[in-house]
Amino acid sequence: MENNHSYWRENLRLIFICLAIWFVVSFGFGLLLVEPLNEIRLGGYKLGFWFAQQGSIYTFVALIFWYSHQMNKLDKKHNVEES
Amino acid sequence: MDELQLYTYIAVFGSFAMYFAIAWWARAGSTSDFYVAGGGVTPVQNGMAIGADWMSAASFISMAGLIAFLGYGGSVFLMGWTGGYVLLAMLLAPYMRKHGKFTVPEFISDRYYSKTARIVAVVCLIIASLTYIIGQMKGVGVAFSRFLEVDYGLGLGIGMAVVWVYAVLGGMKGITYTQIAQYCVLIFAYTIPAVFISLQLTGNPIPQLGLGSTLADGSGVYLLDKLDQVVTDLGFKEYTTDNLGGTLNMFAYTLSLMIGTAGLPHVIMRFFTVPNVQAARSSAGYALVFIALLYTVAPAVGAMARLNLMNTIVPAAGENLDYAERPQWFKDWEKTGLLTFEDKNGDGKIQYTSDKATNEMVKVDRDIMVLANPAIANLPNWVIALVAAGGLAAALSTAAGLLLAISSSVSHDLMKGVLTPDLSEKNELLASRIVMTISILVAGYLGLNPPGFAAGTVALAFGLAASSIFPALMMGIFSKTMSGRAAIWGMVAGIGITMLYVFQHKGIMFIPGTSFLGGMEANWFFGISPNAFGAVGALVNFAVAFAVLKVTGPAPSNIQQLVENFRIPRGAGVAHEH
Repeated sequence: MENNHSYWRENLRLIFICLAIWFVVSFGFGLLLVEPLNEIRLGGYKLGFWFAQQGSIYTFVALIFWYSHQMNKLDKKHNVEES
Repeated sequence: MDELQLYTYIAVFGSFAMYFAIAWWARAGSTSDFYVAGGGVTPVQNGMAIGADWMSAASFISMAGLIAFLGYGGSVFLMGWTGGYVLLAMLLAPYMRKHGKFTVPEFISDRYYSKTARIVAVVCLIIASLTYIIGQMKGVGVAFSRFLEVDYGLGLGIGMAVVWVYAVLGGMKGITYTQIAQYCVLIFAYTIPAVFISLQLTGNPIPQLGLGSTLADGSGVYLLDKLDQVVTDLGFKEYTTDNLGGTLNMFAYTLSLMIGTAGLPHVIMRFFTVPNVQAARSSAGYALVFIALLYTVAPAVGAMARLNLMNTIVPAAGENLDYAERPQWFKDWEKTGLLTFEDKNGDGKIQYTSDKATNEMVKVDRDIMVLANPAIANLPNWVIALVAAGGLAAALSTAAGLLLAISSSVSHDLMKGVLTPDLSEKNELLASRIVMTISILVAGYLGLNPPGFAAGTVALAFGLAASSIFPALMMGIFSKTMSGRAAIWGMVAGIGITMLYVFQHKGIMFIPGTSFLGGMEANWFFGISPNAFGAVGALVNFAVAFAVLKVTGPAPSNIQQLVENFRIPRGAGVAHEH
């Protein structure tokens, strides 16, 4: 039981980290900070605009795979993985 | 029959023949096959199927057009419709898969030990899904009538027949494997014209890079800078900064679409088809890869289509196209009534400005941008034929997924779960096939006679999912003590406040002039538009649920045990009957 609880706590910590990044790249860089970031250029893209229409999506994909990978490790560590 | 029509017939009917062949090969034999494809779909396959399921006629046809005219403001759709998958992968899918049931209302009923909760969920699901199907059916009708020049009604009928054959025959199993094929068709159809156009305009074949490159005309000007300059010259807002009603509205809109996406039952139920919890997590990732392929190309398609359109009508500053010399695609779309020109000053030239009094492009329907794009860029006929097949694949695959969500919730949740619990498996299978047939007929009828409120209800579907289903599921997983009574009150409050706001703006049941509070200022709540209100509804849902929980006490201990159990992956079998 204690093992399951610490598994869940570590899962929550991972989710918190992932959702913080999720929030920063989309709502942060793509919306709230778009004006200052637009002063920086990435080729023909203004950086804020790039995050809103390209960068946030790439980050989302990477986040899901990273979380999935970390959870598989966590499952094994706490011996709760599927047989 | 000209060359274009011949190619289109080959592309469309060739792809239909392939769907039939797949459906026959993957026909369903049991309820498990029918509802969750026997639980044996691999994460990559499931990712592709989710991609096709998710990307509807709206993503394929409308989204790039929306971005073309909204510019930076269109980002809400790009971030909103992809960011939801992050929430799904981390907050919902693995735990719901572990619980191992067939439908979303069934999960809600188990977790909240309540038939009322199950019925509320079924009602939300049917409203959300049916409004979506109407849109798909309209897409099928438009694609047929524009490209094959058959009657709109006949085109709709053919589309209904095709969906009926493989959805009713194959259930989830047939639909999943057909959707994999449909994904391939639609992604090729979307990216090939984009590659051609990007190459023409910038010399870079990858649209995502082309959008950030310099123009190929030797001027050395970046494409986006040129676009900003062209649209501001004509008085429109700057493309890369036009912000759709302010930062707060964009924030709420994006959040609403994200949690709405994560709460749409026809997407969630796809995660019941994979063999285990690990596969549920990773298939959300694969799904987003396949979706991102289209969603990162869409902004390039939108910007490039806008630039091509502007350059056609205003070849150089202060110089306007003669109406008599308009290109063929302009005439083709004028026939459909989606593009309208009115010579207001009588000079025979086309003036295109942001000023309503002098603008002569009276109507430029956003939906034509993707379909007309290949013709505007003078691409070969086989590319245009491919776009027609791709649009149909997008519409049909989404319609099939939605039909399955409806039929399973009626036959499994309403009949087997509540009304006639002693239904045998064979009869349940028969019942879901009959329900599916009826749903196709209803959707076809509504596609032929679209109710006046059809356009507004898509926003309502996302609002419902965001304000009711998503919070209920999330609290059910992350709060062990959340009780059935509190969750139901939360759902009712969330839906209630969202519907009130939408109806106040658009009329009760979208009938104009019936706003019950009279002349209130538009978007009065901090400038948030009705489409963006789902996020506020979700907050209300959370707040009310926790307040009621505080007063009425926690869920019983056997339910808390159930939650403990689905939080850990070990012991997940194939999704099963009770």
